[in-house]
Amino acid sequence: MKQQIVKLLAGMASLGIALGAASVQASPEQDRQDLIKYYTSKYPNVKIEDYVYGALAFDADSKAQYDAIMEFPPFESELDTGRKLWETPFKNGKTYAECLPNGGKMIAGNYPMFDDATGKVVTLEGALNNCRTANGETAYKLGDKKTLGVLTAYMRTLSDGMLMNIKVEGPKAMAAYEDGKKTFYARKGQLNFACANCHVQNAGVRLRSELISPAVGHAVHWPVFRGGDNLVTLQSRYEGCFKQVRAVPPAQGSTTMNDLEYFHSSLSNGLPMKASVFRK
Amino acid sequence: MAEPMRIRATMAGDVADVKVLMNHPMETGLRKDAKTGQLVPAHFIQEVTATLNGKEVLSADLGSGISKNPYLGFKVKGAKAGDKIVVNWVDNTGDKNSAEAAIG
Amino acid sequence: MNALRRNVLKGAAGAGTVAVAVAAGLLKPTQAMAAWNKPAFEAKNVGDAMKGLGVSAPADSKDIAIKAPDIAENGAVVPVEVTSNLAGTTSIAIFAEKNATPLVASYALAGGTEGYVSTRIKMGQTALVRAVVSAGGKSYTAAKEVKVTIGGCGG
Repeated sequence: MKQQIVKLLAGMASLGIALGAASVQASPEQDRQDLIKYYTSKYPNVKIEDYVYGALAFDADSKAQYDAIMEFPPFESELDTGRKLWETPFKNGKTYAECLPNGGKMIAGNYPMFDDATGKVVTLEGALNNCRTANGETAYKLGDKKTLGVLTAYMRTLSDGMLMNIKVEGPKAMAAYEDGKKTFYARKGQLNFACANCHVQNAGVRLRSELISPAVGHAVHWPVFRGGDNLVTLQSRYEGCFKQVRAVPPAQGSTTMNDLEYFHSSLSNGLPMKASVFRK
Repeated sequence: MAEPMRIRATMAGDVADVKVLMNHPMETGLRKDAKTGQLVPAHFIQEVTATLNGKEVLSADLGSGISKNPYLGFKVKGAKAGDKIVVNWVDNTGDKNSAEAAIG
Repeated sequence: MNALRRNVLKGAAGAGTVAVAVAAGLLKPTQAMAAWNKPAFEAKNVGDAMKGLGVSAPADSKDIAIKAPDIAENGAVVPVEVTSNLAGTTSIAIFAEKNATPLVASYALAGGTEGYVSTRIKMGQTALVRAVVSAGGKSYTAAKEVKVTIGGCGG
């Protein structure tokens, strides 16, 4: 059965039949442009720059609430806690700023980054944990709001305004990108939904009471504080998506999750980073 | 025990635009703890006062229907840059907090 | 101290007792002024809450603007701004009519403070958000419906 499908796919590819979004070997830049074209032809009045606001770009009433809350966000003390973690030196006296490129400022848009040495995607959370282990500290648990969560909530704000700039260079990086793309477009779970079913085909559409956000612009604004102070990281949100389609989520920091974040982040290339924002 | 309150005060024409963010759980007393199933006791700010150079400009009574980490914005006419804004609150347990800021 | 303050206030038929207490150093003036209006805040309906505030049958007014969402993003944090263009506005109270205790906040404005307050409130369900304004010794009101849904997504 499986072989038959593979044969069928190979046959279609050789005939030059495009499999739509699932077609292989399009360049990441081409993928991004194609998606933008899809969204903008469907919603000519919504500017791509506003996609950083997610679903709020499609709903003025929601955006006004976002603006009112961002005026003085209720999660400021969490960011303060994160700043303290960021500034506190490791036991050996070194700091995160010394460990990361450019003192940790204006770099978040380069992550996730493909590391040729290990042949793996490194997320910003992973890079922070690498700093910890390189300096004799234990790594934080991924998705832990109280440690890595608030640390990145603050640290990412140091890159606010930087344009997302995910690079996919070389065959190994391309393979990781393609793996992430596959996860994004593959149907999964009891509901048999792919990420793309909601965030491409139905972006800007209501799913019951929810207005669905577009995939372009997603990756620039994490973590978010839902309801004002509940911190959610990007991979925690992925977990939520998997569960919502009744699929078992891969572990945070797994190759599947990191590759997904790599692909997903590249879709926001060229859009400004804005960390730690309010979402409902 | 209570975390600091934040005040931002800026002049817009001859009106001071004052924004205050307080740190407080604002428990209604009606919410159940997800783990224990017990009601979380009411714990919320009841009174907030604001002064401009020592003169009271706002005095508020709050109920538990104000959101967690309460936000308060108000505008004072006739203030000027450098004037001192002081905000105080007292909650239902008698806990207090105070902060001040110069209008920027 | 709180209990003492309440007893003193309760026992005060006129302002005299309070004045004596202040003079005797039992109460500081600010504390005496800031007695939290328990009956109004614990009232279970808007009418009783208004009664607690000493308001009855406020007149509808177009000079009160309520800026609140049509559909709340999250009922736990609903931004509400009330602007009163009524001359001599001295207080603004905000109600979420279907909350267990509808009175959310009451603001007394003095000394140059404009008829404006901005806050964030909790709403248990779709309801009218009502503002009651005292101006020139009279009461005025306006209301706006805010729909509250229960959401699960957000990104």
